Amino acid sequence: MNVLVFVKHVPDTETRVKVAADGLHLDLGEANFVINPYDEFAVEQGLQLKERLGGEVTAVTVGNDDAVKTLRQALAMGADKAILCSDAGFDEADPLATARILAAAAGKVPYDLILCGKHGVGGDNQQVGSLVGQLLGIPVVTVVTGMELEGTSLQLKREVEGGTEVVKATLPAVISCQKGLNEPRYPSLKGIMAAKKKEVTAWKAADLGLDPASLAPAFGLQKLELPPPRPAGRVLAGEIPAQVQELVKLLHEEAKAI
Amino acid sequence: MNVLVFAEQRDGKLKKAALEAMSVGREIADATGGTAAAVLLGQGVGPLAEALGKAGADKVYVGDDALFASYSDAYGLAVGKAAQAMAANALVFSATAMGKDLAPKVTARLGIGLLSDVTSFTAAGGAVSFQRPIYAGKAFATLVPAAGKPFGVTVRPNVFPVKECPKAGEVVSLDHGVTPGDLKAVVEKILTAQGELLDVAEANIIVSGGRGMKGPENYKILEELAKELGGAVGASRAAVDAGWIDHSHQVGQTGKVVSPGLYIACGISGAIQHLAGMSSSKVIVAINKDPEAPIFKVATYGIVGDLFEVVPLMTQAVKAMKAAG
Ligand SMILES: Cc1cc2nc3c(=O)[nH]c(=O)nc-3n(C[C@H](O)[C@H](O)[C@H](O)COP(=O)(O)OP(=O)(O)OC[C@H]3O[C@@H](n4cnc5c(N)ncnc54)[C@H](O)[C@@H]3O)c2cc1C
Ligand SMILES: Nc1ncnc2c1ncn2[C@@H]1O[C@H](COP(=O)(O)O)[C@@H](O)[C@H]1O
Repeated sequence: MNVLVFVKHVPDTETRVKVAADGLHLDLGEANFVINPYDEFAVEQGLQLKERLGGEVTAVTVGNDDAVKTLRQALAMGADKAILCSDAGFDEADPLATARILAAAAGKVPYDLILCGKHGVGGDNQQVGSLVGQLLGIPVVTVVTGMELEGTSLQLKREVEGGTEVVKATLPAVISCQKGLNEPRYPSLKGIMAAKKKEVTAWKAADLGLDPASLAPAFGLQKLELPPPRPAGRVLAGEIPAQVQELVKLLHEEAKAI
Repeated sequence: MNVLVFAEQRDGKLKKAALEAMSVGREIADATGGTAAAVLLGQGVGPLAEALGKAGADKVYVGDDALFASYSDAYGLAVGKAAQAMAANALVFSATAMGKDLAPKVTARLGIGLLSDVTSFTAAGGAVSFQRPIYAGKAFATLVPAAGKPFGVTVRPNVFPVKECPKAGEVVSLDHGVTPGDLKAVVEKILTAQGELLDVAEANIIVSGGRGMKGPENYKILEELAKELGGAVGASRAAVDAGWIDHSHQVGQTGKVVSPGLYIACGISGAIQHLAGMSSSKVIVAINKDPEAPIFKVATYGIVGDLFEVVPLMTQAVKAMKAAG
């Protein structure tokens, strides 16, 4: 059972976002970059499958050279190999371009299953896994919170509004992992040491046979802005029962929210 | 621009989000000079076409077939066919569980770009631009499709109004080309959570509880208020991690990003990851015993007090208000 896991290097969720003076870039300050939280579920799932069925787990990322840290994190958790797809513009690739790069990488390594995260925090696209599946012509199941594998048959649970869908698919497939699927392990000290010695393959566009023109962005960015500040609110005063009466009246008459 | 809208239905009922998407599609078509069509997939769904005509569809491509009885990857194939049939320049999906799953499967097939979770747009004089949140709403990006290139968008539910705009709604049977061999990643069944209220992603009112709830048994006071208001119950990650409530209720950067008409935060401090997920709500009420809690910074109205006193009183007051008409 060979598993590819897509991992993205992202600013952690504590990051406070500002817009740079040009209005076209974000100023993330001293943001700390980490493995995308959802991708930890994907790595964990890959490791559990390997422990049960043998084979290898390979972590793949698209980004700049700093993204190697996220690969090291996956290796420290227990992944066997890592691939860094890095070239000019790769860290700003849009979802379709990212998917084209990942699909090209997947074309060069044997796999039975591809795991990715539900979404990459920051970009919040929730697209890349599905795009890769289509480009490779294999089934895709997203937002997965439960997974059973028998031979090549997968039974998956996916989260939908007000319930859970049970989905059947067969390998090879792409699965996007949601919280609830498993509890990601923390790397052990031994794992961290071992990760330093594991091999990281670096591929550029040319190694992947990609024409840079195929990676052009599908949309042009016009501007970035912060959400408008919320108008100052009102903290009510008085005895609690009277405050509650006032609140319900305000919600009904002033805010027309109920 | 010719605009194709995917009209999501479940159990033979059109989703409200489908009509919202139809209204968006109509407006883009009108502003840029083109037709707006809907594509409707399922079994026995023909009668739903009429509502789409009322909401602005010139044409409705209907794929009424046992092959579409359950959602599967074949939906992507069929929507792609409809897009080709009408030479669509723009595809509009709802940013629901199904829409978010389907949209990239269609756009990858067509080799075109996709914008997720659009919350506003401007369409005038042939041009269109879209706004979408990034970093779970910590910032907003305005984007324009590359000149002359088709594209797709998913639009966030509960954000765009449904506008009556009666059009012909001419029903066209979709030549979908799907065969049983295309049925991959098929939904076998849907397990609905027992006695569930609405899902936070769909609700216009959310009553949310955090670590201040103290334990799972106390969520019933939130459920009672939510029921009275016709809303859903949400939660902070602290409450989800404590195992008090299922993750599907989590609001925030690693939960659901919501923008309901009313968000009532009970015993939630207002951590940056939580605020990211709910601070675009129209009206926010904070109930917290700590006057310094950051949640008050985004609240429209706040009560500093014990939620175990405030929430039941509020349920009573809403009941009384409803009884008084
Ligand atoms: C990678 C990452 C992702 C995250 N994603 C999310 C996310 O998506 N969503 C999310 O919510 N969090 C998220 N968090 C967690 C976030 O940082 C906070 O820890 C969490 O939101 C705190 O939840 P809380 O407000 O319920 O708890 P606390 O911060 O402990 O606040 C509890 C509040 O309840 C009040 N209180 C206590 N008792 C009462 C009472 N009887 N009456 C009234 N008030 C009372 C207290 O004054 C306090 O303000 C994430 C964290 C990380 C690291
Ligand atoms: N640059 C990237 N490198 C590797 N994997 C990625 C990258 N971008 C997205 N992914 C994968 O695709 C998932 C969904 O990301 P997104 O579509 O960006 O929200 C992530 O959780 C990752 O598993």
